[in-house]
Formats: sequence, structure tokens, C-alpha cells
Amino acid sequence: MSSLAPKADDALTVPPISRRLGRNAAIALAVLVVAALVPQVVTSPSRLNLAVLILMAAQLGVAWNILGGYAGQISLGHAAFFGVGSYTATLLFMNFGISPWIGIPAGGLLAALIGGVVGWSCFKLKGHYFAMATIAIAEIVQIGFNNWEYAGAAVGLSLPMTERGWRVMIFGDKASYYYLALGLLVLSLAVNFAIERSFLGYYFRAIKDEPDAARSVGVGLTIFKQIALFASSFLTAMGGGLYAFKELYIDPPSVLATGLSIKMALSAILGGVGTLFGPVVGAVILTAIEEGSRALLGGSGRGTDLILYALIIIGVAIFYPRGVIGWLLERRDRKARHAAR
Amino acid sequence: MLHVERVTKRFGGLVANEDVSFDVEAGQIVGLIGPNGAGKTTLFNCIAGYFPPSSGSITLGGTDIAGLRPEQCAKAGIGRTFQIARTFVSMTAQQNVMVGALLRDRSVRHARARADELLEFVDLARCADRPAGSLTISEQRRLAVARALATKPRVLLMDEVMAGLNPSEVREAVRVVLRIRDQGIACLIVEHVLEGIMPIADRIVVLDYGKKIADGTPAEVSSDSVVIAAYLGD
Repeated sequence: MSSLAPKADDALTVPPISRRLGRNAAIALAVLVVAALVPQVVTSPSRLNLAVLILMAAQLGVAWNILGGYAGQISLGHAAFFGVGSYTATLLFMNFGISPWIGIPAGGLLAALIGGVVGWSCFKLKGHYFAMATIAIAEIVQIGFNNWEYAGAAVGLSLPMTERGWRVMIFGDKASYYYLALGLLVLSLAVNFAIERSFLGYYFRAIKDEPDAARSVGVGLTIFKQIALFASSFLTAMGGGLYAFKELYIDPPSVLATGLSIKMALSAILGGVGTLFGPVVGAVILTAIEEGSRALLGGSGRGTDLILYALIIIGVAIFYPRGVIGWLLERRDRKARHAAR
Repeated sequence: MLHVERVTKRFGGLVANEDVSFDVEAGQIVGLIGPNGAGKTTLFNCIAGYFPPSSGSITLGGTDIAGLRPEQCAKAGIGRTFQIARTFVSMTAQQNVMVGALLRDRSVRHARARADELLEFVDLARCADRPAGSLTISEQRRLAVARALATKPRVLLMDEVMAGLNPSEVREAVRVVLRIRDQGIACLIVEHVLEGIMPIADRIVVLDYGKKIADGTPAEVSSDSVVIAAYLGD
């Protein structure tokens, strides 16, 4: 067959990558500009706080997605990395006066190191067994922090508000946290994008689809799962560090709870696993549900969001296993097929 | 090129391969046949690193590869396909082949160009941008071959590339195998479709109950009384 033969004989054909990339870059830039302008328009602190929560949830979903969505290793213990990140940044600041600009990445590195140990011991487990092991490890970490006096044990740690400003990352207004959260989200998306476009993105998906076939073309499973886990745990812990400096108070239930791990996974799964922006979409929907149920039902509604989470998991699993983004892509393909007819 | 010597593979008390020896030279097609359960796929798995052999040696171009992991075998120059194609279903056909090409060159752009060449080589150029899962069984088999070829193997192990195909698809598969041989790649093929493999093989190795019972040209093997007995029962 000659190379001139038409390639696009099928409506499932995807538009050329260069064209798509140009259009997507333009959209991404527009969204970023709008996002950067939000604090200028939204002045209500509670609304802006909601926006910060959405950005932070999105960032965690993006970080989780690198390991869970692209490489297909479902972790339900990512709260452990989040907690390690928040405790590291907090303890370094409280006890040694180290700026969070150093403390947060340091927490990321420590979490990635712990991730290396976790991966080394757990990556031989497949599918559900891996997920179960991650739950167990996160529980152990949570129990450990609950009993560790130096880290405040069950009482938790409060950050001192003696100094404010960018050096210590402590502010009286929400707008500064908004920009920090947006910056961390953009950084996480950039890391994810770079991975997706490089050979790593192809290798991760190969491992997820068919591990044995991946090995037959030279893809070592453990090493590449470790790389995915490294990026994922590092970014998750950075999110934890930022959370600590936003809330100025952390304790095991707020930064190490199993519910947190589930929310990270769920925003990626709901939005679309293995897609760049899926977790962002998922985080917006989930946070809206969470805050909405809280506003509607007040204190008596505690746990309602968990019931809704459960319903969402069931719904997505049965009807839209590829999540919102996957569903939109399918619709686009169907339309294209109709148009081609 | 590929030298298998006295390979034995035991699973507990079960001996899946016993004392099997043979060679495959560059530019040669060797068929590995035998009744169900004869140990053909186990032998493949030993050569490609999925099972370490219990004893014996496997060398590729003089270097010992027995006991290496599958990904190390791939780097050493063993390519393989599986009985079921095991394509990466979340990717397009082109991306499937790119995964293979990325082994020797990490540049995604180069891999894409190489994938297009190989898709043409296996007559799948028109499917490049289609989801791999939407291809027919016959197309997926050839896609798996292209993916394996992308790793620049010196030996290509093909596990039943022709099983379950209709006659015209078998002819297509045969054409691809001959083209691969012409590139100087040693081909070792496990096959049940004897009409497909007999006319093109330079040599046939027959396994039965894990042991090699015959090794010769297709003509010699098909008139061998031991082989006939193994296939038809005695």
C-alpha cells in the first residue's frame, strides 16, 4: 500500500495532532486567564474559599491520576502522602523556622521516598490487591501520627500566625491562597502533560492495558510504576503542604483520613481517568456536591456527601466508566460519525 | 542466532519441557508444532523470559539469555506475540506500535514515524488512527507483530498468528511472515494451522509431552511415523 493511500477512511479518525494541540493550547490559555481573574471579580471570602477548595481538590485529582489513571495502579491510600506533606512542611516551619517554599517541596520529596518503599513492597500485587495494600498502609500511617507526640498526636498542630506574607505563606486574605492553589494546579497539570507527551505516557498506558505485552516490548513494570508513583506522591504531598498553610491547623482526621484518599481517586474517576483535565472536571462536580449538601442540610447533613459519593461511584461504574470527559469524547465521535454518513 | 540447548521446565512435579534443543538461524522460519499441551507455549515463555528454565541454556547471538526477565529479553533482541493479541486497547493502532519503537529510541516523534512504516509493512496503514480495540482479530494479530517488530528484534517468536483466521486472512499473515524473514529476522512460529506453516517453514520442530520428537524439513517431518502417531494417536 502506498503512503498516499487515504488514512481517514473512518469517522473514528482523530484530527491531526498539531491542529488539535494548537486549539487546545488556546483554550487552556483562555481558561487560565479567566481563572487568574476570579479573585478580582469574586470578593466574598467564602465564595473565594470555595474556589480555593476546588483548585486544591483538582490538583490532588491530577496528582492521583498520574499513577491511578495513566499507569492504572489504583491507590486508595494517597492521604498518607498528603499527610506526610502537610506534617513535614508544618513541623519544619514550627520547629526550625524553615520557609514553606522549602518545606513543601521537602515534604514532597519525603513522601516520594516513602512512596518508593511502598512501591517496592506493593507493586508485585495486582489490581484489587494493590488497592487494598495502599488502604492498609495509609491506615498504619494515620495510626502512627495519632500516637506521635512530636507531631502533636491526636491533638494536631497549629501554625503560629506571628508573621504574615509570602515568605511564610500565611495570609489574612483568601486571594493569595487562591493564586498559590492555582499555581500548584498548573504545575501539576504541566508535569502530567509532559509525562503524557513523552515516552512515559505511552509506557504507563501500556502497563495499564496489558502488563505482559508491555514487558514483551521492553517495558519493565516496577521501574515505570515507581516513576509514576514518584511524580504522583510528590505532587500529592505538595498539595498537603499547601493545605496546612491555608488552614493553619492540621490533625490526623483532616489530613490523613481514608475519605481524603477516596476523594482524590473519585475526582479522577468521575471526570475521566487517564485524561489531563478529567480530575479538574471531577473536582468541580464533587466539591459542588460536598458544599451544596452541607449548605442544604447543615450540621445534620454530616455524611450526606459520602452517600452521594457512593451513588456517583455506582453510577459512573455502570453507565460511564470513562467518566465525564470520556462521555463527551464519545458523544463527539458519534456526532462525527453521523456527519460522515 | 537463537540456540536452545537441553532446556527443561518443571512446574512442581509436572515436566512441561524436557531436554529440548534446537537452533533458529537468521532469515530462517522454524515452525514449532505439536498436539495441545505439548509444551509449545511454555517453551516460548522460557525463551522470552516469562518463565526461567529449570535447566539448560538459551543463547541469542552467543549471549546467554536464560533466566533474564521479559523486558531484558526484549532489549537483548527477542520479540514475541501472544496467542491472544494483547493489544493496548486504550490506544490507537499507531500508538500500539509506538510503544514498541520507544524501546530503542525514546523520541516520540521518531517512534511515530517508525510506527507508520511498520503499519504499512503489515498492511495496516489505513488503520493507524483507529482504536486498537476496534480492529478485527486478524488485524490485531498483525498489529501485535508490528509492535514486536518495532523493538528491532533479532528473533521473532509468534504464537499462533494464524489460528482462527479465514483462508484469505491466513494468506495475508503468511505474506507478512515471509517479509519478516526476508529482513533477516529469525522467525520461530508456534502454529496449529499446518497448511499455513508447512509451505513456508525451513524447518519444523515437533514437541509431544514436552519432548522434541522430530526436527527436520516439513517434508521429512510430515512423513515421520513418530509424528503421525503423536498427532493421530497410536
